[in-house]
Amino acid sequence: MTAHTSGEDSARTSRRMFLVGGGVVATGLLVPWYFAGRGAPSAGIAATRGPGLSANAFVHVAPDDTVTVWLAKSEMGQGVYTGLTQILGEELDVDPRRIKVEFAPVDAAFNHPHVPMQFTGGSMSTNSSYEQLRKAGATARAMLVAAAARRWSLAAASLETTDGQVVGGGQRAKYGDLAIDASELAPPRDVTLKDPAKFRYIGRSLRRLDSPQKITGRAQFGIDVIRPDMAHAAIARPPMFGGAVRSVDDRAARAVAGVLDVRQIAAGVAVLATNTWSARQGRDALEIEWAPGAEPDFSLATLRTRYQALLREPGAIATNTGDAAAALGNGARSLDVEYELPYLAHACMEPLNCVAQVTEHSCEIWTGTQMQTADRDAAAALLGFKPEQVSIHTTFLGGGFGRRGNPRADFVLEAVELAKAAGRPVKVTWTREDDMRGGWYRPFGLSRVRAAVDAAGLPIAWLHTIAAQPVLRGTQFEGFIPPGAPDPTVAEGAADMPYAIANLRVEVHEGASPVPVQWWRSVGHSHTGFAVNGALDELAQLGGRDPLELRRALLAGKPRHLAVLNAAARRARWGEAQEPGHHLGIALQESFGSIVAQVAEVSVERGAVRVHRITCAIDCGFAVNPGGVIAQMESAVVFGLSAALYGEIGIEHGGAVQSNFDDYRLLRISEMPFVDTILVASDGPMGGAGEPGVPPVAPAVCNAIFAATGKRIRRLPITSSL
Amino acid sequence: MITLEINGARHELDADPAMPLLWALRDLAGLTGTKYGCGKALCGACTVHLDGEPVRACVTPLAAVEGRRITTIEGLSTDGSHPVQRAWTELDVVQCGYCQSGQIMSAAALLASAPKPSDADIDAAMAGNLCRCGTYQRIRAAIKRASELMEAPQ
Ligand code: FES
Ligand code: FES
Repeated sequence: MTAHTSGEDSARTSRRMFLVGGGVVATGLLVPWYFAGRGAPSAGIAATRGPGLSANAFVHVAPDDTVTVWLAKSEMGQGVYTGLTQILGEELDVDPRRIKVEFAPVDAAFNHPHVPMQFTGGSMSTNSSYEQLRKAGATARAMLVAAAARRWSLAAASLETTDGQVVGGGQRAKYGDLAIDASELAPPRDVTLKDPAKFRYIGRSLRRLDSPQKITGRAQFGIDVIRPDMAHAAIARPPMFGGAVRSVDDRAARAVAGVLDVRQIAAGVAVLATNTWSARQGRDALEIEWAPGAEPDFSLATLRTRYQALLREPGAIATNTGDAAAALGNGARSLDVEYELPYLAHACMEPLNCVAQVTEHSCEIWTGTQMQTADRDAAAALLGFKPEQVSIHTTFLGGGFGRRGNPRADFVLEAVELAKAAGRPVKVTWTREDDMRGGWYRPFGLSRVRAAVDAAGLPIAWLHTIAAQPVLRGTQFEGFIPPGAPDPTVAEGAADMPYAIANLRVEVHEGASPVPVQWWRSVGHSHTGFAVNGALDELAQLGGRDPLELRRALLAGKPRHLAVLNAAARRARWGEAQEPGHHLGIALQESFGSIVAQVAEVSVERGAVRVHRITCAIDCGFAVNPGGVIAQMESAVVFGLSAALYGEIGIEHGGAVQSNFDDYRLLRISEMPFVDTILVASDGPMGGAGEPGVPPVAPAVCNAIFAATGKRIRRLPITSSL
Repeated sequence: MITLEINGARHELDADPAMPLLWALRDLAGLTGTKYGCGKALCGACTVHLDGEPVRACVTPLAAVEGRRITTIEGLSTDGSHPVQRAWTELDVVQCGYCQSGQIMSAAALLASAPKPSDADIDAAMAGNLCRCGTYQRIRAAIKRASELMEAPQ
């Protein structure tokens, strides 16, 4: 692949592709810019590697035969540690199980191929790395073959590779033995990639390569980092959003055994100690008077009232086909309903934390981050450094779900600021309460759907107004909002719903609130998946149609969607007798380049909902590691179910109400439904897997609750609506 | 000075007897395999064994563990060969992995007392261990697999 696109085309194409949320490399039109530079690693990276072949930034072959891959993507449970290593190993022709895996430093060489940032998100890790890593592996392999050809005076074309060795002409050499010679060659401009029919690792369910570390406690998360002379810090943070320290009396805190120092920083008042517990004891002993934020009495009720008013005003147009307003009046029957979704915390199992060390000329950061470039740039700006003076050591992430890619680098900057003030390495560990109450939530949102069906019960008009805070606006990704248009993440999944409805109009009100919001696993789809699938079920009822049959009718021209829908319905035995008291609900959402349909099997007894089974079908195009996709579906179902049943961050007096897992409940093993996942094969472009399983969960369950009880749930969580 | 026996080794720690075992393990003994998740016995990430019984280290003060046998994930086996660990690998249980030290310690304690646990036994023993990545289905299967592995002649 040698076609180059101009920078402008590339930017435009990548914007469009980003907005559709997946399939970024699938068109094959774009050449990752990195390879345009013939694949040489930057000087900074090369200097950190020993002798051997560094064919490009991603791979190194050492003379002792150690093969190392550097992952540009962070491992937060989604399995890139395994999947990306499979991709590289395939083309390099080395068993992935013997490749050493490192997390890449922050460097432009590790940017997303079409976005000038190093980040992990958007369910794009596999599809955006696919060609990048295949070429990285193939380039290194070609250089090793060329080195052998030269050594043996044979034509390169007459040589082959087999699991880390070059063979041919009766000769055989390990990659390690060729690494130095190969490093003296110029990387080829073009490499031939393997015929997919010959894949040995890609497309196979390789077992997770990070299990050995994670079952023994050896895996290092950010919270586990220990540096010489490091202080442990706990930060007293304002109890309301936008609050600030007015005055502090730290005498009692300083008297706590183990406390080293107390410092006021932008985030609040930090207590530094010889261990985490002493820091927290010291923090509890602080006496702080807080200045409230701009809206001290702000509550969720305030925001709900504002949004309800907005839903009666015209909003910015996200999509407009036909004439929905006119068609509404022409239907046989119509509805006007509101769906409401709460603020939600990411609640990663590993509370936020960061270790930083700042010297006169350098800053080092150790943490689990999803956004290395943004963190580095924010730290450099704070310190008045050049970006290259800041280095980031990415660790394993104890969950991310979006929270660890903060647009303001919140959990990173406070550690950097504190480490500079303290003049020694500092680890800031958030308490669970800090993490839960610290904001950056999935936005609270309202959807008003006015829709009509014709005499045959088919929807002819859908006028959908959404009010929610935007998550891209004001961030590094603002450039992906087309000029004059609403933030696409608010309406995604509604504006581009796959159903054939002739008159569709989606309007957006970008809300404002003192509560900071952020991308949360599946972003806007977590809202629209609920509203669209819920309202569609209501339309089925209104038109006297079966919910599955109506969806089939509206997806008639879409074979991939139909295949997914039918696979889930068939496996769940839709339309057949279920166990006594068990009822089914169905939902389908296309997001991040993949299509997922789920059928929930639910019973409701005396107001208590029990989810027995979720049948989940996904078409994500080609799966690099099918087992990994299945694991992500199981994970997404639990994530979606916790949110549907219990998830809610309330706001009172300008701050969050919930604080820990007693009032922010997560699903437990005793409540776990059986998840039955079906991978629907297709030749569609490679989609994502981390997020697309989340959006259908809540509506499938609520539609099943309707089947069981006749009650529509239009406000989540279910437990506060039933 | 408080003397603790952790994974068969004696540790002399200069710590307040009120300090929860979790922080002594992590910050003083350098054993970071045991995780902090909630600090209030709500999540199970900090589960260790005290004389073979599962306890939440985040709410167990040092004063209560002096002279007793503490086993952490680092001491469950030297090489990841405990049947629970083998089953976890075989069934690809882990995702982010953060909760898994606690899950494995709870599961190992369950199997020590109930070598052939029923689903209800698993629910009862494991319901205190949260997994945000949602690995419950595999945890259940892996506990059953570990039970088989324990039975099989080595
Ligand atoms: S940290 Fe001990 S139970 Fe959560
Ligand atoms: S594996 Fe991530 S929290 Fe359990």
